[in-house]
Amino acid sequence: MHKAKRLFVSLVAAGVLLFPTLAVAKKLNVVTATTDMAALAQEVGGDRISVESIAKGYQDPHFVEAKPSFLLKLRQADLLIVVGLQLEIGWLPPLITQSGNPRIQIGANGYLDASQFAEILEIPQGVVTRAMGDVHPLGNPHYWLDPDNGHRVAKGIAGKLGEIDPADAAYFQERFQDFDKRLTAAEQKWDAEMAPYRGRKVVTYHNSFTNFAKHFHLEVIGYVEPRPGIPPTPSHTIELIGLMKRENCKLVLVEPYFDLKTPNSIGAATGAKVLVYLPSVGGEKQVTNYFELFDYDIELIKKGFQ
Amino acid sequence: MKNTIIAGAAVALFCGPLFGQQANTPDLAAQNAALEQHVRELEDRLIAVEGKVRMLQSAPPAPTQPATEGQPAAAAETAPAQAPVVPAETSPTQGQSQVVSTGGPLPNYGGASSAAKALNPDVSVIGDFIGAAGNGTVPPSASLQPFPSMQMHESEIGLQAIIDPYARGDFFLSFGEEGVNLEEGYITFTALPAGFVAKVGKMRSVFCKVNMMHNHVLPWVDRPLVTTNLVGGEDGIDDAGFSIERILPAPKGIFLEATGQVFRGDSPDVFRAETRSDVSTVEHLRGYKDITESTNLDLGLSYARGHNDAALVSGAAGDFVTQLYGIDATLRWKPLRRSIYHSFVGRGEFIWSQRQQFPAEQRAFGFYTSADYQFGRRWFGGARFDYSDRSRFDNLTDKGVAATLTYWPSEFSQLRGEYRFTHYAENRDSHEVFMQLIFSLGAHGAHPF
Repeated sequence: MHKAKRLFVSLVAAGVLLFPTLAVAKKLNVVTATTDMAALAQEVGGDRISVESIAKGYQDPHFVEAKPSFLLKLRQADLLIVVGLQLEIGWLPPLITQSGNPRIQIGANGYLDASQFAEILEIPQGVVTRAMGDVHPLGNPHYWLDPDNGHRVAKGIAGKLGEIDPADAAYFQERFQDFDKRLTAAEQKWDAEMAPYRGRKVVTYHNSFTNFAKHFHLEVIGYVEPRPGIPPTPSHTIELIGLMKRENCKLVLVEPYFDLKTPNSIGAATGAKVLVYLPSVGGEKQVTNYFELFDYDIELIKKGFQ
Repeated sequence: MKNTIIAGAAVALFCGPLFGQQANTPDLAAQNAALEQHVRELEDRLIAVEGKVRMLQSAPPAPTQPATEGQPAAAAETAPAQAPVVPAETSPTQGQSQVVSTGGPLPNYGGASSAAKALNPDVSVIGDFIGAAGNGTVPPSASLQPFPSMQMHESEIGLQAIIDPYARGDFFLSFGEEGVNLEEGYITFTALPAGFVAKVGKMRSVFCKVNMMHNHVLPWVDRPLVTTNLVGGEDGIDDAGFSIERILPAPKGIFLEATGQVFRGDSPDVFRAETRSDVSTVEHLRGYKDITESTNLDLGLSYARGHNDAALVSGAAGDFVTQLYGIDATLRWKPLRRSIYHSFVGRGEFIWSQRQQFPAEQRAFGFYTSADYQFGRRWFGGARFDYSDRSRFDNLTDKGVAATLTYWPSEFSQLRGEYRFTHYAENRDSHEVFMQLIFSLGAHGAHPF
């Protein structure tokens, strides 16, 4: 009898050693379109999920190549979180179709469009045409740059994770509550740091700064691009220089994936500082989570205004 | 507007008592904080409701709602106001996943309400205008057909939509100046078990790379000689049938995908089916690897087999078959931080054709290699070398070179110039210059990588 018990225990031990994946609870595989969604998912998912982003933080999220290697991630995914508002329309749909993963198809339970939780700005009113450039007909998709939307999206992700994995739903809610508290505290600090610069005017390359500007009460008076997605033209650049001089705008913010040639010439003509700000987590090596993204950008903007 | 009214009413309702208390409570700061928190919660709830409305507006509604469809327009307009009663836990996409078949005839998806437009597929039109100059004297037996001086070469209409939770549909109608062709029209089953993806309909086969490409995504104005001489040119192997593909397990982050296709067997200049059993098949194995985050290598092996028109042409009795073997290789470089400014693509296809015909089987070979470099946000330059025997006359070999310069005024239009030199087997030379303008209207879905 003892021999039988020992044999049983040995077999179980051997099994645990040989197949460690059986010994631990299976993690949810979460794939996100961008690093910002990955950062928020990681905050609420903790160690119960493994999360990977398709786009890198220093990459233009409008123009990601739909590489087959992404299919290897997507075919294993339990949940796909997208920014939505057609940000990924140029590359994500064929990947979803080709993945052969019914869980993450559009409309399936494992497909989450995070834009539904966020306050969306710049929703075009009236007729929308391509004469307006590469405009997003459903609104500005760079909504994660408002920490208030960070709360909302994280809450939505926690709810979805709990829906997919009900056994860990309480854990995800706890994680969200903790994240919510930490983000509220951080937000108070950021608000205080940015308070002296309320109403200051800035120019950005692309209109990815709208939500950040609204939250911290900055005013975006113009863009280096004449229209979203349209490269700078000489006539528009001259107009923008005139506008910046009239409005006494002394800061040009450029996303890390745009060329600095035109912004630098604008800076030289107006005396404005030209700074590369980060629209996404992972834009620089040291920016590894949602909090560090705002820490980095706020520090940068403060220096820009000083 | 309704949302604003509801929100205003809700704020007044919830905040009224708090204002009343505020005057009588000594701890004003605490009351203010509570009020702020309450307003913020209401704001969050309003934003959540707006999000749900957006999702409902963009998502196709459940197919059979006879009671709702019968309601007057005024009743239908109240739908957004009812959105807040949806429980917070409910996924906005559950409406789609709950669609079930009733087992009867397909429901009528039309409707009088404007919401019915949400069911319409994405519609796009791509115009392809080509102008040509130079001495395009083509020998009579050559496969290559010259472009006229000016031509609205193609107007491609795309209709694409998700059909149901299990499939999507894609149609591409190609309008020439004198006729219409169903370039592709197929259903893709995206929710099959075991990771399979299947297509049924008419589609371009997966034989190498160029055969799969629509005209507007080619990196040149024309197609390489090897495609024209051995794989049917612009139409290529494009036939009705079905296709099944699956990603295969592979080590070290290698992407490996196998595709098998069965077609009726009719692809002009390549396959010809005289009987129902004359089906053609195409098999493709694709291997892909990210070498670095900026560089990747894509390799493919292809095989195609089908009956040809030799019996019809020669009048000889017998079963004549064409077999095609192909290797394709693509090396891409695109630095992620500057991906919109610089990129490089080097590609090549090597194709062997075995065509049974009277009096002897023809064994032809051909290839192209090309390189394209993006040197600005809107500028690309490229070069191509062509070499190909002709499938019906393997002793005749055509050669050529081409150079291209491409400019994108925006993401939705493209201007391309190409110089092409062709040396035909009959010892004739041709120097041609092409100008192509491609323009896109509407929501054209992205093509696979």
